[in-house]
Amino acid sequence: MEELALHLLDLMENSLAAGACRLELKIREDIAANLMAIELVDDGRGMEEGEIKAALDPFFTTRTSRRVGLGLSLFRATARQCGGDLTLSSRPGAGTRVAVIMELNHVDRPPLGDMGATIAAALARELPLELYYRHERDGKVFEFSSTRLKEILGDIPFNLAPVLTWVRDFVNGGLQKLYGGEDRL
Amino acid sequence: MKSVEDLLKLKEEVQQSLALRDEGEKIRVVVGMGTCGIAAGAREVMSAVLDEVAKRRLTNVAVTQTGCIGLCAQEPLVDVLIPGKPRVTYGKVNAQKARQIVAQHVVNGIVIREWVVNK
Ligand SMILES: Nc1ncnc2c1ncn2[C@@H]1O[C@H](COP(=O)(O)OP(=O)(O)OP(=O)(O)O)[C@@H](O)[C@H]1O
Ligand SMILES: [Mg+2]
Repeated sequence: MEELALHLLDLMENSLAAGACRLELKIREDIAANLMAIELVDDGRGMEEGEIKAALDPFFTTRTSRRVGLGLSLFRATARQCGGDLTLSSRPGAGTRVAVIMELNHVDRPPLGDMGATIAAALARELPLELYYRHERDGKVFEFSSTRLKEILGDIPFNLAPVLTWVRDFVNGGLQKLYGGEDRL
Repeated sequence: MKSVEDLLKLKEEVQQSLALRDEGEKIRVVVGMGTCGIAAGAREVMSAVLDEVAKRRLTNVAVTQTGCIGLCAQEPLVDVLIPGKPRVTYGKVNAQKARQIVAQHVVNGIVIREWVVNK
């Protein structure tokens, strides 16, 4: 995938498929340490130890429509190529944590991409999803909280186009500020 | 840059238009968001649907996503569900097709047969 934001949407889809109602996504970019650290925590059904090992094997999947699962092994390959790794920790009933680290300035590191569209896509659901996203870049922080959004919107659902386009543009605008107006999103 | 003030304004507009119509069942546009769909451009398709629906101020349309539907070769997939009518599934949708699906099918109820997936 060409953007980290697409990998992250894919991870969030795994969480949703595992029945998660709450997602917490944290991204930290540390320029001095040349590090990009990503963490996604969900409250889904979690995985057994054997399932965790198998989940990183491209030939394992619990899906029935195709015999190979792609998401996790693909992202891990990208992370390793960028001098980092992807690790999974999980317990049945206790949710799942996916952690990814990469060298920030590695030539093969995919750009962050359209995080606004990714967050909007994750929220476009019939069932409400609690989503917290925190992005830190060299001490500057952007935060998005669907709980706060819900407080403001009251009984207006998230899955209406004006709401989701607002979310998309709000997130991208906030990130743009972290980058100090640089074009690189 | 969108602000919280924009959100409050948006809230008022949506509330007003919801008050104008009797709360009938919504039209639903569903975008498949499995790995294959994402890799094939489903997120851009969703973005295009959102832009088109927002631009036309259609408040009777819910835009949602769903996990893999198991038709990987046809991704990105878009379902249009109009209350009282059979579900229509479009395959190999891109941003441009998505806008046309909103303009023709969602707004005018005209199915674009050539893009429909035969199950
Ligand atoms: N957050 C999660 N919570 C619980 N189980 C998970 C989670 N993420 C992944 N898994 C398990 O790991 C398996 C592999 O995930 P992966 O994303 O690599 O492939 P997949 O989702 O099965 O298929 P796809 O190629 O469509 O992504 C899943 O089938 C699921 O059983
Ligand atoms: Mg997956």
